[in-house]
Amino acid sequence: MASCLGRSFTGLLKNHGLPPRLGLNTPLLRHCSISHTLKVRQNINKKRGEAMLGGGQKRIDAQHKKGKLTARERVSLLCDQGSFVEFDAFAEHTCSDFGMQKQKFSGDSVVTGHGFIHGRLVYLFSQDFTVFGGSLSSIHAKKICKIMDQAMLVGAPVIGLNDSGGARIQEGVESLAGYADIFQRNVLASGVIPQVEAGESDIQDTGLFPYPRLEGRVTAVLAHGGDAEGIAECVIPGGAAAPGDQTFGRGERQREGCRVYICQGHPGSRISHLVAWDTSVGGNPLEGDLPPLVDIPDHGPCAGGAVYSPALTDFTFMVEDSSYLFITGPDVVKAVTNEDVTQEELGGARTHTTLSGVAHKAFSNDIHALLNLRTFMNYLPQSNQDPSPIRKSDDPWDRDVPGLDSVVPLESTAAYNMLDVVHSIVDEGDFFEIMPNYAKNIIIGFARMNGRTVGIVGNQPKAAAGCLDINSSVKAARFVRFCDAFNIPLVTFVDVPGFLPGTAQEYGGIIRHGAKLLFAFAEATVPKITVITRKAYGGAYDVMSSKHLRGDMNYTWPTAEVAVMGAKGAVSILYRGEKDVAHIEQDYMDKFGNPFPAAVRGFVDDIIEPHSTRRRICQDLDKLASKKLTNPPKKHANIPL
Amino acid sequence: MAGPLLRREYYRVLRRLLMPSTRQGPPTAVLSRVRHCSIYTADPIKPEEPTFNKILVANRGEIACRVMKTARKMGIKTVAIHSDVDSNAPHVKMADEAVCVGTALARDSYLRMDKIIEAIKQTGAQAVHPGYGFLSENAEFVQKLESLGVAFIGPNAAAIVGMGDKLESKRLAMAAGVNTIPGFDGIVKDAEDCVKISRDIGYPVMIKASAGGGGKGMRIAWNDEEARDGFKLSTMEAASSFGDDRILVEKFVDNPRHIEIQVLGDQHGNAIYLNERECSIQRRNQKVIEEAPSVFLDEATRQAMGQQAVALAKQIGYSSAGTVEFLVDSKKNFYFLEMNTRLQVEHPITECITGVDLVHQMIRVAKGHALRLSQKDVAIRGWAIESRVYAEDPFKNFGLPSIGRLTKYQEPLHLPKVRCDSGVEEGSEISIYYDPMICKLVCYGDSREEAIQRSTEALDAYVIRGVTHNIPLLRDILTEERFVSGNITTNYLPEVYPDGFKGKQVSPTEKVELTAILASVYLKNELRSRVFVNDHRSAGNAKLPDTWELVVKFGEWNVPCSVRLSGNSYEVTADGTTVIVDGQFDLATPLIVAKVGNSHETVQLIKLGSAGEVRIRYKGTAFQSQVLTQAAHALLSLMPEKPKVDQSKQVLSPMPGLVKVISCAPGDMVAEGQELCVIEAMKMQNSLSATATGKVKAVNVKPGDTVEEEQVLVELE
Repeated sequence: MASCLGRSFTGLLKNHGLPPRLGLNTPLLRHCSISHTLKVRQNINKKRGEAMLGGGQKRIDAQHKKGKLTARERVSLLCDQGSFVEFDAFAEHTCSDFGMQKQKFSGDSVVTGHGFIHGRLVYLFSQDFTVFGGSLSSIHAKKICKIMDQAMLVGAPVIGLNDSGGARIQEGVESLAGYADIFQRNVLASGVIPQVEAGESDIQDTGLFPYPRLEGRVTAVLAHGGDAEGIAECVIPGGAAAPGDQTFGRGERQREGCRVYICQGHPGSRISHLVAWDTSVGGNPLEGDLPPLVDIPDHGPCAGGAVYSPALTDFTFMVEDSSYLFITGPDVVKAVTNEDVTQEELGGARTHTTLSGVAHKAFSNDIHALLNLRTFMNYLPQSNQDPSPIRKSDDPWDRDVPGLDSVVPLESTAAYNMLDVVHSIVDEGDFFEIMPNYAKNIIIGFARMNGRTVGIVGNQPKAAAGCLDINSSVKAARFVRFCDAFNIPLVTFVDVPGFLPGTAQEYGGIIRHGAKLLFAFAEATVPKITVITRKAYGGAYDVMSSKHLRGDMNYTWPTAEVAVMGAKGAVSILYRGEKDVAHIEQDYMDKFGNPFPAAVRGFVDDIIEPHSTRRRICQDLDKLASKKLTNPPKKHANIPL
Repeated sequence: MAGPLLRREYYRVLRRLLMPSTRQGPPTAVLSRVRHCSIYTADPIKPEEPTFNKILVANRGEIACRVMKTARKMGIKTVAIHSDVDSNAPHVKMADEAVCVGTALARDSYLRMDKIIEAIKQTGAQAVHPGYGFLSENAEFVQKLESLGVAFIGPNAAAIVGMGDKLESKRLAMAAGVNTIPGFDGIVKDAEDCVKISRDIGYPVMIKASAGGGGKGMRIAWNDEEARDGFKLSTMEAASSFGDDRILVEKFVDNPRHIEIQVLGDQHGNAIYLNERECSIQRRNQKVIEEAPSVFLDEATRQAMGQQAVALAKQIGYSSAGTVEFLVDSKKNFYFLEMNTRLQVEHPITECITGVDLVHQMIRVAKGHALRLSQKDVAIRGWAIESRVYAEDPFKNFGLPSIGRLTKYQEPLHLPKVRCDSGVEEGSEISIYYDPMICKLVCYGDSREEAIQRSTEALDAYVIRGVTHNIPLLRDILTEERFVSGNITTNYLPEVYPDGFKGKQVSPTEKVELTAILASVYLKNELRSRVFVNDHRSAGNAKLPDTWELVVKFGEWNVPCSVRLSGNSYEVTADGTTVIVDGQFDLATPLIVAKVGNSHETVQLIKLGSAGEVRIRYKGTAFQSQVLTQAAHALLSLMPEKPKVDQSKQVLSPMPGLVKVISCAPGDMVAEGQELCVIEAMKMQNSLSATATGKVKAVNVKPGDTVEEEQVLVELE
């Protein structure tokens, strides 16, 4: 561990053009000015050395104990070895309230800079939980804004590694302003450079509480400044201990114009709504001269919140059992709606990757997440000015895939796994699936075809028969728009029985949400290749990158059925009340249960043998690389949000 | 005159059949397919000999394909029958005509005599080859064919009846002067009767279905309780597999070898034996690896066994290919076990060492021709080993059936002296309806050593994706010391793997070799990730370290190593040893022939995942590994271990199958080890018992339900 830090420190000095060690034993020391210069140098090294340690070794150990890496360890894993160059390592916060002027850390609570991932430039910030709990100060925000501005200038992705308790309440509204500055840049950068956030830990609205579980005897101090709304009282969830309880000593003290609550918690009690001073670090908490262990601001109405940054960026990854995202924490939920919920259930990785669709993928730990992020970045172009990247591939573009000839079951109602189709067609079976556990009836993700990154969209017959519903439409729509924004061609595999009917869907606004996917495909100007593997029924046929939505190449397999609906449904409407409908159904099947109706009208360009699909798509992608298509000039389109 | 013409025709047909594989595989694949035809040197096909015009093959899978291959060579047209789910199966594509005879379940299709007879009438087939299993030993079917005037390519009905019944066969064998095992000469009435008889004979006893074969409905009991359970399960299996639940009991010969003699008879009273097959490597009485000849038999024993087998064949007027199975004890005493009146699964190894095409001979004798071969024409040339490649998980009880789609499938036919008898192709579905056998991999050579060597090479190069298969076990057995020395009995598996099969155990040298291969794969991919054809901005950014310090994690090992790129090869140093891996492999083909040091090692790259994950098949076993930089590995120790879900309170289905019996209900108190339910898959009954004592909380399935692997069947409180 220490050697690792040491190495990165030495590497950093090298990056700044400094020799790893400064010799002090030179004759020049005789001169005062020279000694001053050297002293400054020493000071610089000292400060830089301090910056490397963030909030100090004890906090680093505490972070490790929680199974989390420090901000710098994360950066070192994410970037190519030795390629990270730091910005603003000497930046310090400017707050002078609540004794904050005595607690300054070089670099404050975020590490920013740029580095290479597989030789390609990225800008990144990594929040440092060991400094003020990673809380966002104005300098913290400025550091982030600086790298975002530069990323926009040169056209390179921004990666954010989040590990923050929220706003720094000692700074009051300045902290909120900092958030807004970042949000504004998120929005302007959207569609210009890829923005990816990894929630290594808590990412919360400014009104959220990560519930630190106190280990050992801890004294905590509740504080709030003059600018923010006041904290009415201290709440200990679970009722084990509450402010004013005998087990939870409470004091009150006027200090620099604010009220300070002093609380003591027992091992295992959970504390929220407070700034906790870690007494294990030493010193007297009442003096307020120790850095806060966890900084949790007021839960009153706040403008915006840290959670919105992940929501604004293109992709959000989370770490299981350590990342949480929510607008309000479990105890506020309890207070407002009387709902009992754990923070894992409310805003854990599982929740956001299976139920809410807020996050795009979850990984088992920090290292797994960061290494996967490296793999993921390999698919993305650097900016909207760059073409979809073509990486060297060993997989022959014209490889036949004989197994595809039998992947669609003989029985037209039987399910099959569309992932089998995707894996066997793309380069080396390498498919980076996005949101694999959310709205499983549609598959989205990145793959390569003859080395070129493509976005794959496919209905999944294995889940809910592959129908389109609210969640799947929204999931795919946002992905299609990302691909379109960054010149990534779209390959769509269609086996869709239609939109999911029912009150739940209608009341939820399936018309509005389904329209998003329609809008996204219709608006997209990147090369669009569509393969109908089996069913393409009703409006869903139109939506799924059909010829009518400027599809460049639309193919069907021999098993395709393009129709308004299945034979049974159609005949029951056309021949309402008639008894002997079996033969009419058969007629309808004969007429529409095949690819010809679409093929004779030119709605599909060819009926292809499944085993040749890879070859055909690779050929088309090559041909379409020079496609030029622009939408009419406009300020922006009005997608049905 | 007709010979070359016919051969040309055959090559044309073969080329047409193999077109898909010629396009993707190495060109040698086709050549070797053709080459394996040349093993039939004894009594080759004589085109001028009259034969049937058209035969129907009443089977599916590899054996249907096998029969059709010879039929085609003989210039006979073929008819396939199939169930609806098999409509696109290779045996259907291979036949000149195909008739669908029903739905997926065998009893609704492949066992439907009426439908098959209809198909015979419809297509005008003159003869029927039954393959093995299904109707191959069904006397009623033979009689029906006889009454129609259609030839049955197999023995006559009387022989089937006589040998199909274990009691009757024993009597007939004794009459023919064949050595038999002591046992109870009658049908067992019920479980208690079974216990009583077992006690009389003396444990251990073998409980088996009277109509049985192939290990189905067979159980060994060492005590009263096992006798009771065994009777119950055998009865059920016998009923579902053969429609006949009669059970008998006999003395179980301990430490036995299973050696069988191939016989061949004709309708003119001639019979010969084609030497033996050693089939001792078995799990739950089903064969895994067979070889011919047997290392154990001397010429005298071979002759004695052969002569007894021929005597039995003659005694019953046997007029086809058949197999007389013997148990041989350590003193080379042999006892008659049973006679299989059909073409055996493992017939190819006999064909390899004798040069006789058994299907050809079966068709000839069914047509009424006399055998042209006499005993003196039958020699033993070289050695052949058959490895049965099954879709099953060898880590569970040496093999529990698995199902799935063969998403990638490539037979090692580019290697010399390799024969693959299979009835699947890429994209085929291995379903719960039929036997889970994927292929019979037969390798031959001049010596046993060569046959073993070729088998291991072929298994290393055998690409099967999409289903769990038993190649890890097969590959491990073939290099296991006891097997190599030939010291095998039917108890081989439990003796060599007392705690079950745990996958390849790597030696220190293999550890370094595997590390070197994994590190090279990782580095090759890592370097490739920096090569962008159309991104000139990143050019030059990729300043690479001279030496990569990596840690390779696989199994329980974390092996630190350093890798240096020198020219086109990787110098990997681990455990103080430096290994050079030739970098001339690519990451897209499933097979990597890695030149490690001076030897060539065929490994399979199964999955190159993200985050340094590499799944590789090395010497049969798949290793899930992760390659990390040393810095990343140092940090990995800080990551928390995920708690494992306690599954002792749940009974999970070990494989996909059908729920046969539920023997508990919610609220019942059950003891550890008590049977809770029975799952049937591939016609095998698998009893699932409680892993802990407790109260049944929920039963999630009912008899008749289809369950998936890992599905929770019963939950305990």
